[in-house]
Amino acid sequence: MTWPVLQALLGHWRRHPFQMVTLILGLALATALWSGVQAINAEARASYDRAASAIGGGQADELISPDGPIPLATYAALRRAGWRVSPVVEGWVDGPGGRVRLIGIDPLSAPPGTPAAMAAVGIEGGILSFIGPQGALLATPATAERLEGGSRPVRAVEGLAPGLAFADLPNALALLDRQDVDRLVIHPDQPLRQSPLTEVAPGLERARPATADDLGRLTDSFHLNLTAFGLLSFAVGLFIVNGAVGLAFEQRRPMFRTLRALGVSSGRLVATVVAELLVFALVAGLIGVALGYLIAAALLPDVAATLRGLYGAAVEGTLTLSPVWWLSGLAIAVAGTALAAVTSLWGVARLTPLASARPRAWARANRQTMLAQLAAALLALMIALGAGVAGHGLLSGFILLGGLLIAAALALPAALTGLLALAGRQRGTALREWFWADTRQQVPGLSLALMALLLALAANIGVGTMVQSFRDTFTGWLDQRLASELYVTAETEAQAAEMLDWLDGRTDAVLPIWDTEGEVLGAPAEIYGVVDHPTYRDNWPLLDAVPDVWDRIGAGQGALVNEQLARREGLAPGDPLPMPGGWTTEVTGIYSDYGNPLGQVILPNGVLIERYPDVDRLNFGLRIDPARVDEITAGLEDEVGLPPDNMVDQAALKAFSLDVFERTFAVTGALNVLTLAVAGVAILTSLLTLANMRLPQLAPVWALGVTRDWLARIELLRSVILAALTFVLAIPVGLVLAWVLLAVINVEAFGWRLPMHLYPLDWLWLGLLSAAAAGLAGLWPARRLASRPPSDLIRVFSNER
Amino acid sequence: MLLDLKDIRKSFGEVTILDGVSLSLDRGETLALTGDSGSGKSTLLHIAGALEPFDTGEVLINGKALSGLGDAGRAEIRRDAIGLIFQQFNLIPSLDVAANIAFQARLAGREDKDWTAKLIERLGLSDHLGKYPEELSGGQQQRVAIGRALAGRPPLVLADEPTGNLDEATGDAVMDLLFELTETSGAGLLMVTHSPRLAARAGRRLHLRHGTLTE
Repeated sequence: MTWPVLQALLGHWRRHPFQMVTLILGLALATALWSGVQAINAEARASYDRAASAIGGGQADELISPDGPIPLATYAALRRAGWRVSPVVEGWVDGPGGRVRLIGIDPLSAPPGTPAAMAAVGIEGGILSFIGPQGALLATPATAERLEGGSRPVRAVEGLAPGLAFADLPNALALLDRQDVDRLVIHPDQPLRQSPLTEVAPGLERARPATADDLGRLTDSFHLNLTAFGLLSFAVGLFIVNGAVGLAFEQRRPMFRTLRALGVSSGRLVATVVAELLVFALVAGLIGVALGYLIAAALLPDVAATLRGLYGAAVEGTLTLSPVWWLSGLAIAVAGTALAAVTSLWGVARLTPLASARPRAWARANRQTMLAQLAAALLALMIALGAGVAGHGLLSGFILLGGLLIAAALALPAALTGLLALAGRQRGTALREWFWADTRQQVPGLSLALMALLLALAANIGVGTMVQSFRDTFTGWLDQRLASELYVTAETEAQAAEMLDWLDGRTDAVLPIWDTEGEVLGAPAEIYGVVDHPTYRDNWPLLDAVPDVWDRIGAGQGALVNEQLARREGLAPGDPLPMPGGWTTEVTGIYSDYGNPLGQVILPNGVLIERYPDVDRLNFGLRIDPARVDEITAGLEDEVGLPPDNMVDQAALKAFSLDVFERTFAVTGALNVLTLAVAGVAILTSLLTLANMRLPQLAPVWALGVTRDWLARIELLRSVILAALTFVLAIPVGLVLAWVLLAVINVEAFGWRLPMHLYPLDWLWLGLLSAAAAGLAGLWPARRLASRPPSDLIRVFSNER
Repeated sequence: MLLDLKDIRKSFGEVTILDGVSLSLDRGETLALTGDSGSGKSTLLHIAGALEPFDTGEVLINGKALSGLGDAGRAEIRRDAIGLIFQQFNLIPSLDVAANIAFQARLAGREDKDWTAKLIERLGLSDHLGKYPEELSGGQQQRVAIGRALAGRPPLVLADEPTGNLDEATGDAVMDLLFELTETSGAGLLMVTHSPRLAARAGRRLHLRHGTLTE
């Protein structure tokens, strides 16, 4: 019995192939964007895991020295005392394809589960190819490419941590020009009897290794942003699916009723419809997951660059996806279909054999529906405001954001109807009055597509305003922060002294940029020193400070903290600030420090040297006439022997910083465009779907003396006007969205708040784009209408209808 | 002559629907066209109404030939010279009763408010002017359609099964109004109907069979 029922149901799709294409396309697009973002997130997390488990599987404790590197003699003493430890050294090496982080390990003493040690045994030629003076470097294929052609042989090995190269310890020490190691990894299994650590190596401390969670926490906000975008795109795609499923159900109401009258039970009917939808969901899901893979592959290099630039997190730029990802993509397609079809399925379940066969006015204005939507909008708004006022953290920020968007989307039909009613009040020609009245009546039929457009436009305005505000603030901030014309790094302190001698009299000022790291208020922080100089007094981007802040810094008092640290710890000028080493200073100012995930403290330079005497004194900013930058660079290279790579001029540094910035938002921009494209498809499919239903409404107007050409032009104009009105309504929604992103999400996610700027010209451009997109979407149905034979229109009046 | 159809032929594929049909209608005249289902009477009405093209022959409305006219020319004739009444009413769903009645007259730039008010009163629609078609009964909708067809005082009124969707009593009442108001406006009326009883009320009757007309 099920098969004939299914045959009857499927017959509808044979007669309406475009509706089927719409359904599959909407679902595939929704799945594609969602699973694409998930693929990127999954790949990034896998990279974090690999990075964290590079040594000791991320489980083994480590011995570190608060005083810096650990001499090899200490390592030897520990081994002799029975401690099973393995040395690790880290540093940067320059390869022909760029800088790579090098990790030196001892494969024979490395704890079990160390991927590089296992790989060293497994490579062609065995472990002898890894150890010894000619031992190879091991790296992932992508990283190996960057090292290819260098002084050392390189072997590509899958599954290693991305962005890292591994070498046998002696080779790594030689490459890094080091004689000591950075840490000792402790085997999980230790002999029962061994001398206490405090006796053998009193200067070492036992510490937990960095875990994937540390990196994960750092990058959480970034991934959450991506997920939010993926979710938004998914929702926009579901609007298309909901529209297509709803229409198909309405058109098949007479058939459902007949089937029920012929003895098909409600349960069997629902089950058959569910089976039909399941087939569609699986087909669309497969297409969507494949598209998602392509989207992820296209976006991943930019994401990897962003994560590297912003967080120092290495992520492989190529995709390797598990079957679980494919299955979860299909599952989300099925879940999305179920969500989009739930109201229609409920209608089928409740359908009685004596129900009216006449399709209810699917595309008609329905006051009750509109009122119900308004009530739901109000509820969503209240939830959003509740989360905004009472909630804390990133999640409540996203609830606020989501609630606002849902409220705006639900309120859209009522708002559009109101605007159109207002426009229709102006008395004009009969055709004009009909146009406004008819447009108002089209709103419910197009409302899902218009809601999708509203969401896409609001997201575009909101995210665009945030990015543009960020860009403007960031460039202004860079101008302030990078005031020195040239930044130089000496290789040794002796070279630094020689450099300072040479520079004497050749510059306006030499500003030390010395720093160390330490734990401030329980979290890792950077600690810098600053001298009293007009460069800082005139340029440093202070957000809040005590009145005589620079005088006090000049007098060796107080400290400046960055906005992130101040917000996280609730610090204000005048507050005490406990510093590493057990002393306390006072916060005298707070400065903006965009793009830095870490807390930062700036001390008077004298205090920095006094409190942290081991600080490297190698970095300097030079104030010189910009015209002399090349001359000074050449002099430092020729006279002092400073390598060119150790000198960066201001312009190059700004260009680099802006490049990191642009890359960060390249992904956001791409997702923005994709979401807008999905909304464009939603409008096109809605217009095409409605085109046939429009005939009974248009045919009388044609019969009364309006040409098909005119009707087509009016239909086109209607699409453009509806898109334009939706755009006008999207502006305030987008601006609220921007405010939430800047004032709530950014503060929660990154720890800094940005000023909001407005960009009306960008809106104008977006408005024109959306009107053009709606015009293009409306062009096809309009052309079809203009070229319809009169017999199609006359059929509306014939008795058979 | 208000309407003059000369030797009209019309085929749909291999099937000939009208095989050299000729008829004429003058102002103030009423003509009923009867025939079996599928005999082509609606097609003939649509051809007379400049809605449907014909294969050969000629149609003259108010002396103006339809052959050779493009979409715009035909639309102009429909707008200015013809009032149409359909079995399905085919009102414009987005406009209220008042706007529906005035629509075609305003399109043609011939709105006569006094005449429209008189029509509305006579049609008994004064209490329904702000309502939309979906809020009206079938009889009320057809009265609105009659009002729309006559509001611009077109010389020719074409009605396709005007009572086909109405019960007998309502249909009779509607036809009374149609005949009365057509006569008042001085238009010629060509009506297609199944009903011999309705056809009997027209001044002239023609029967369409196998693509040709008989008295």
